[in-house]
Amino acid sequence: MIALRRSFPATSREWRNFLLGVAFASPWIIGFLGFTLYPVGSALYYSFTRYDLVRDPVWIGVQNYVAFADDPDFKLVAGNTLWWVLISSPLGVLSAFLMALLLNSRIILRSFFRSIFFFPAIVPVVVTAFVWIFLLNIQYGAINSTLQSMGFKTIPFISSPDLMKWSLVVIHMWSQGAAMVIFLATLQDVPKSLYEAATVDGANALRRMWNITVPMVSPIILFNLVISFISGFQYFTLPWIMTQGGPSRSAEFYAIYLYRNAFQWFRMGKASALAWVLFVLILLFTYLIFRTSGRFVYYAGAAR
Amino acid sequence: MATQLAVTHYSQPWHQRVLELLGHILKYFVLIVLAVSFLLPFYWMVSSAVKDDAQVYVVPPIWFPNPQFWENFWNAWNSETFNLWTFNTVVRYAIPATVGVVLSSSLVAYSFSRIEWKGRNALFAVVLATMMIPDWVRLVPLFVIFRKLGWINTFNPLVVPQFFGSAFFIFLLRQFFMALPLELSDAARIDGASELRIFLRVILPLSKAALAVVGLFTFMNAWNDYLGPLIYINQEHKWVLTLGVGRLRGAVYEIGNTKLAYPWLMAVSSLITLPVFLAFFFAQRSFIEGISLTGLKG
Repeated sequence: MIALRRSFPATSREWRNFLLGVAFASPWIIGFLGFTLYPVGSALYYSFTRYDLVRDPVWIGVQNYVAFADDPDFKLVAGNTLWWVLISSPLGVLSAFLMALLLNSRIILRSFFRSIFFFPAIVPVVVTAFVWIFLLNIQYGAINSTLQSMGFKTIPFISSPDLMKWSLVVIHMWSQGAAMVIFLATLQDVPKSLYEAATVDGANALRRMWNITVPMVSPIILFNLVISFISGFQYFTLPWIMTQGGPSRSAEFYAIYLYRNAFQWFRMGKASALAWVLFVLILLFTYLIFRTSGRFVYYAGAAR
Repeated sequence: MATQLAVTHYSQPWHQRVLELLGHILKYFVLIVLAVSFLLPFYWMVSSAVKDDAQVYVVPPIWFPNPQFWENFWNAWNSETFNLWTFNTVVRYAIPATVGVVLSSSLVAYSFSRIEWKGRNALFAVVLATMMIPDWVRLVPLFVIFRKLGWINTFNPLVVPQFFGSAFFIFLLRQFFMALPLELSDAARIDGASELRIFLRVILPLSKAALAVVGLFTFMNAWNDYLGPLIYINQEHKWVLTLGVGRLRGAVYEIGNTKLAYPWLMAVSSLITLPVFLAFFFAQRSFIEGISLTGLKG
């Protein structure tokens, strides 16, 4: 802002452009102030209050935050969510990357296979939930009925607390179409000459993969990983519809707990504190990834 | 395939050629296994939709139901007010949301790509940064605001914010607008066209493909949205499809339920997936290009 003031007054043309630019951007500016900045700010205020929507918010200082320290529910959902983010994000990105690699190799019917791999990503989450319940159910799920008919023991995919999260990971890896398409677009941009040169030098497929493909797409690996972390921390709809956080709260993630506090128990103050902790966690995580990624990510054209 | 291999690798010793052939076989094997396992859930959904109760609770599972009860689709759809919920989803939510996002995001993206103004890049960085803010942080205060406005149990909380631009689509359209040659605008400016005119008459007509992507994505987001309606809409006659389907799920757990819960659930699931499938089938390029466009400058 200070820099802005210094460079003004400028020519009348610059003024005109400034006003035009702001005018065209005004829907977003107004929306940002009203639907983002103000809510985020007042969430911070609410987080220092007790507020049940009926009576006015009551200032209670940092009590909501302090209470998290020995709140077993908070520890449970925070643990579940950290598990989810740390396991599902890398595996999801890996799944997307491997699918993209397969599609990028010399195959027939590429766009046909691409469609198949992509489609689960755009199916309504409600449908994904019901179809997978009906596949994984212990009694009449397709997989368990098949196992049973072959004389194996049935597996409680979604009725055992130990397996529920892993089942969600599988479903997550199954719906990575968007990340896959981004990988595929990037893979197609890797110069063919690099591979040819490496082949001439006698590098085998594995080496070409490790020394050319992975470095060239590493910015996109980072991009997909960060996107996946951010949405992973907010994971809600699928576990909510499938088991409402069960069995035995094994899939009760942070957002589910937040939803319950806000919209079932109307503890708006506590919910806001939960939301702000989530926000800070996401910022911290993103910052750490970018800080440590320098060593692993190769930016073509950047001075090293 | 084989001849092509032989030509390009004629200088390799035979055992390497065998290895490469094996690699190809393995690759197709993995591809086909993956493709089948990706399609199987959908096949299970559609095939289960035409079963009756007796065919559901059977070991081993029935993959080719016989006889088939095609009337399940009709009966399941009419077991609840799905017509009304479809109307709510499309007319009261998806269409206004799409109009809002396309109008506002294109306008804002134009400002961030084709008007040179001081502070533009700094503000655009803010646009990008907002994508990191979890929706959950805004949810409670927004609920409080909308409640004070008397907007609970209306579609306003879902639709009105869409008219103020969406960071993701602003980003997508900006990428697209930046790629259009600047000379186009300059020529129009020399002819005395106003900025709004250039936007409406020059840039928008050239961006139909990108606008279609944005429209398609927004419509689909609304069609698939569950959390928004869950929070803001409690009255049954104002529900959207996703909430209505969720209700059928409750029926599955009712003891002694004779309503053919699973086949009906699968029938309705198939029916609400069908528009998504058709949209994808006919606009596949838009989907894929739209997503790659956002990844390019990641």
